[in-house]
Amino acid sequence: MAEKVLMKGNEAIAEAAILAGCRHYFGYPITPQTEVAAYMAKRMPKIGGTFLQAESEIAAINMVYGVSATGKRVMTSSSSPGISLKGEGLSYLAGADLPALVVNVQRGGPGLGGIQPSQSDYFQATKGGAHGDFHMIVLAPASVQEMAELTVKGFDLADKYRMTAMILADGTMGQMMEPVSLDFAEGEKVEKPWATNGTKMARPHNVVNSLFLKPEQLEKTNFERFERYETIKQNEVMYEEYMMEDAEICVVAFGIASRVSKNAINEARAKGIKVGLIRPITLWPFPEKAIAAAAEKVKKFISVELSMGQMIEDVRLAVNGKAPVTLCNRTGGMIPEPEQVLAAITEAAK
Amino acid sequence: MAVVFDKPHALADVPLHYCPGCTHGIVHRLVAEVIDELGIEGRTIGVAPVGCSVMAYDYFNCDMIEAAHGRAPAVATGVKRSDPENIVFTYQGDGDLASIGMAETVHSAARNENITIIFINNAIYGMTGGQMAPTSLPGQVTQTSPYGRDTSLCGFPIKVCEMLSQLDGPEYLERVAVNNVKNVKNAKKAIKKAFENQVNGKGFSLVEVISSCPTNWGMTPKKALEWIDEKMIPYYPLGVYKDRSAEK
Repeated sequence: MAEKVLMKGNEAIAEAAILAGCRHYFGYPITPQTEVAAYMAKRMPKIGGTFLQAESEIAAINMVYGVSATGKRVMTSSSSPGISLKGEGLSYLAGADLPALVVNVQRGGPGLGGIQPSQSDYFQATKGGAHGDFHMIVLAPASVQEMAELTVKGFDLADKYRMTAMILADGTMGQMMEPVSLDFAEGEKVEKPWATNGTKMARPHNVVNSLFLKPEQLEKTNFERFERYETIKQNEVMYEEYMMEDAEICVVAFGIASRVSKNAINEARAKGIKVGLIRPITLWPFPEKAIAAAAEKVKKFISVELSMGQMIEDVRLAVNGKAPVTLCNRTGGMIPEPEQVLAAITEAAK
Repeated sequence: MAVVFDKPHALADVPLHYCPGCTHGIVHRLVAEVIDELGIEGRTIGVAPVGCSVMAYDYFNCDMIEAAHGRAPAVATGVKRSDPENIVFTYQGDGDLASIGMAETVHSAARNENITIIFINNAIYGMTGGQMAPTSLPGQVTQTSPYGRDTSLCGFPIKVCEMLSQLDGPEYLERVAVNNVKNVKNAKKAIKKAFENQVNGKGFSLVEVISSCPTNWGMTPKKALEWIDEKMIPYYPLGVYKDRSAEK
């Protein structure tokens, strides 16, 4: 067991990325994720890596595209309005089947919104993120330890499936400090014969491209990509179940909302209410089977979110009408308090 | 029999899709000749733009990347930072480089990013069918300036070399043309220098190539080449706008 260090979530992401073999970071300052950039600015020059503050979020994601095309691990991080700007690049990364790690430490929106924690980019992250038929693997940490672990995991998944893995954190996860164990080794190196790193006059040229002018060809690449997505849905779903064995009420929550919910669940249990939690760790692929299985025995579902209710749509799809699903939420940078969640649980238990 | 004229190795042996009289073919060939002459094909990575030359990725034998509209200098920055031994060039038109990608252009120049940019200025959006470009001349008739570019409504053309020359960053900026043999020869020299600068670690080198678009200018190929002399070059004077190695 490695020694634990006290770190901010944003710093844990940066250090974990370095341990995962990432030597190229491109970013642009935006609250509440700027510590990732600041950490990289300090560390990268000392280890022969690249930290570059780009002229915009758009440029940063396209620098990521360039490094990824050469076959190396690369990342960028931002917060909600900046992720919107990166949307163009996210779509091109998907179209060209390039791996990348992108971090979104969410703040409230829409528009300039605020700088307090939010989960209101759920739709954007899980349903694609920009134009065209594509998905990203979306990982939702609920502790500083998971900020680090899922960063390492994200790089591995991105390389394995040639796509973007997004860490969908919220401002709380980025800013809070917790002890974290950074006992990571670089994952297994994935061969990248498609990389544009120079032919060395030894092979035909490689082309990294997302343009397919013939519709038959574009359809084929999309079909193939979605076959890969099916494999991911089969193999890579992650979630945590908490007190679900005998639960009659199921709370579904991720990130900071899941921690608030656990407090509320503990209090409800003390009052004799049989309530449990399903915490999605992968938001895409969504743990729909686990929720569908719970729907066979649970009487009510509560989706706890820092948004106007976005994940609740995926919960309802998985529950498939077998039980009512209600929303317990705050938004705009507000965080539900355990009392609010407890009240929702108590109401559901009536 | 001695071979006196051959296709450069770096230029793929495929038919180009360009219109009759378009000068993209000439510039592609010049770039490929330079890659051959410098012996850098195996470590060169080209970045294609969005626009008429979008399919340049099929026309060069070196590794190629297709970038989003205007983002080629950012993509090239990533490729170069990935491994400084990579020789990286972008090939961009005026809409790509001077309109939607202006920020990427200016900042890669300001950083003196050690890349080579081939900038095709034909004063029009070709691929989408002839709309007003950031470099369209005052009074120029296009699909989106049907009464002629009215500078009181849509401002003035952007002179990229002049503008970038105000920055401390860039190593080398030159404007050339490819409308006659003499100009083509000068263009070749400039493109070669722009690649040599990168090989020698000198930094950001951009060659603006005044080019023709007979199709969207509504002219014969011959008339289009004459129009370059009559209208384009007086507005966009040829020459070296910055050369730091010459200053030293």
